[in-house]
Amino acid sequence: MLSDYNFIGVFLVVAILFPFVALGLAWLLRPKKPNPVKTETYECGPQIIGDAWVQFRAQYYVYALVFVVFDIEAAFLFPWAVAYSRLGLWALAEAFLFLAILTVGLVYAWRKGALRWQ
Amino acid sequence: MNFILNLWVELGKWLGGVLSGWGVPQWGVHLIIDIIVVLILLVVGILAVLIFTPMERKVIARMQDRLGPNRVWPFGLLIAIADAIKMLTKEDIIPRSADRFLHMLAPILVVIPAFLVYAVLPFGPKIIGQDLNVGVLFIVAIASIHLVAILIAGWGSNNKFALLSAFRVVNQLLAYEVPMILSILAVVLFAKTMSTQGIVEAQTIPYFIVMPIAGFTFLISALAEANRSPVDLLEADSEMVAGYMVEYAGMKFAMFFIAEYVNMFAAAIVISTLFLGGYKFFGLENAAPVLTPVIVFGKSVFVIFCMLWFRATYPRMRFDQLVGFSWKFLVPLSLVNLMLAALVVKIPVADPKLEPWVQGAVMLAGSLIVLVVTGLILNRAARKIQDAPALKHIVAVER
Repeated sequence: MLSDYNFIGVFLVVAILFPFVALGLAWLLRPKKPNPVKTETYECGPQIIGDAWVQFRAQYYVYALVFVVFDIEAAFLFPWAVAYSRLGLWALAEAFLFLAILTVGLVYAWRKGALRWQ
Repeated sequence: MNFILNLWVELGKWLGGVLSGWGVPQWGVHLIIDIIVVLILLVVGILAVLIFTPMERKVIARMQDRLGPNRVWPFGLLIAIADAIKMLTKEDIIPRSADRFLHMLAPILVVIPAFLVYAVLPFGPKIIGQDLNVGVLFIVAIASIHLVAILIAGWGSNNKFALLSAFRVVNQLLAYEVPMILSILAVVLFAKTMSTQGIVEAQTIPYFIVMPIAGFTFLISALAEANRSPVDLLEADSEMVAGYMVEYAGMKFAMFFIAEYVNMFAAAIVISTLFLGGYKFFGLENAAPVLTPVIVFGKSVFVIFCMLWFRATYPRMRFDQLVGFSWKFLVPLSLVNLMLAALVVKIPVADPKLEPWVQGAVMLAGSLIVLVVTGLILNRAARKIQDAPALKHIVAVER
């Protein structure tokens, strides 16, 4: 079972090498003549006002919370889906209960206005 | 004859035999074959870039009634190679104010998962990098690293456009991952396995016909995840130049470019594997297994053509509508679809041969009913908005 992942390991190593080889090749070939105007931040020409690293109101963190709930739900449901045909009708009832609770959660978040863009 | 028909599998066996004949130990044989397969898959990914960039430009040009690239011989089809040479020799610019480490890291991190997905994509019976028993989960897990890479690119550039794009990426890709996973779950329920090869083997009827809801949901989510127009809000040219890529030049930009096309091809293969029957084509896969990669390629080209068609047809969506469309429409719909699939799979059928047909027919009928009901509900909601007094003048203006 675990030996299945040997191939993934080899693939990972080669896939990591690929960008390094490509960028290295470009490093050998390309010209290197930086000057102050070139290395300025590009914002379509006008003078840059302030830094981009400011405190930012991430207004969608509620979306992220809802996402976490659904992602964990998926982690639970994948094994259920694979073993489903070997489980009895009880598995159906349990999964429905689980999905129903999630749906209620989604409806609650929706009614509370969490999915409204401000 | 048998050798030619099973060319790919037989070649692997022959190579293994030759290597052990030379006295290479067993693990060495495995390692060498693994490396060769990995290199072939990498070349497939890079070829996808070289094939689909000209294809995209030519197809879109034809749809918009213009010529497209036509200088590089022949008919401008080698434009991708000209582009590659240009990228390779262009100066690399790192903005003074950028975080140099993150700026370097992002283009490297974005290509790795794009290629890694190819490890579990089936190109034929036994013609697969590694048939993991959690193949579909592997695809979803690896594909989500893409998000982190884009976030790093946006933050590391210290550019307002890039930062806005990085904030959008979190919202868009997270929103579309949920319906994507839910529609994959419906497929897994039917196929009773997560291995990509097993899913293809289990498809007597292509799942796109059996469960159109899951199929269309996955198609839309895959478009959003691969960041293709009309849902390419991360790099919307008219709004924020090029989004997270705005500070990248030369080969680093090429890395993002390669990752986009490699992702697009991978998404097309995943769609054809999960919903269009993968390497199966009316029994051709049994008659001539050597042709199975061609079948997969043909189906993916069809899917990619549809993606380009969407791009040429639809205008770009507004961002809040895009996210709302996922949370308020696709997620509930695919939850219903999942419950429907769970019900249908439990229908007892005496004859195992008839099982996929009976279940498929019931599932299709159920999906159509769900779609009609959804249409009615949407219609009512639309009427309510139209009749609302506060919105009346807006609707009038829009008319």
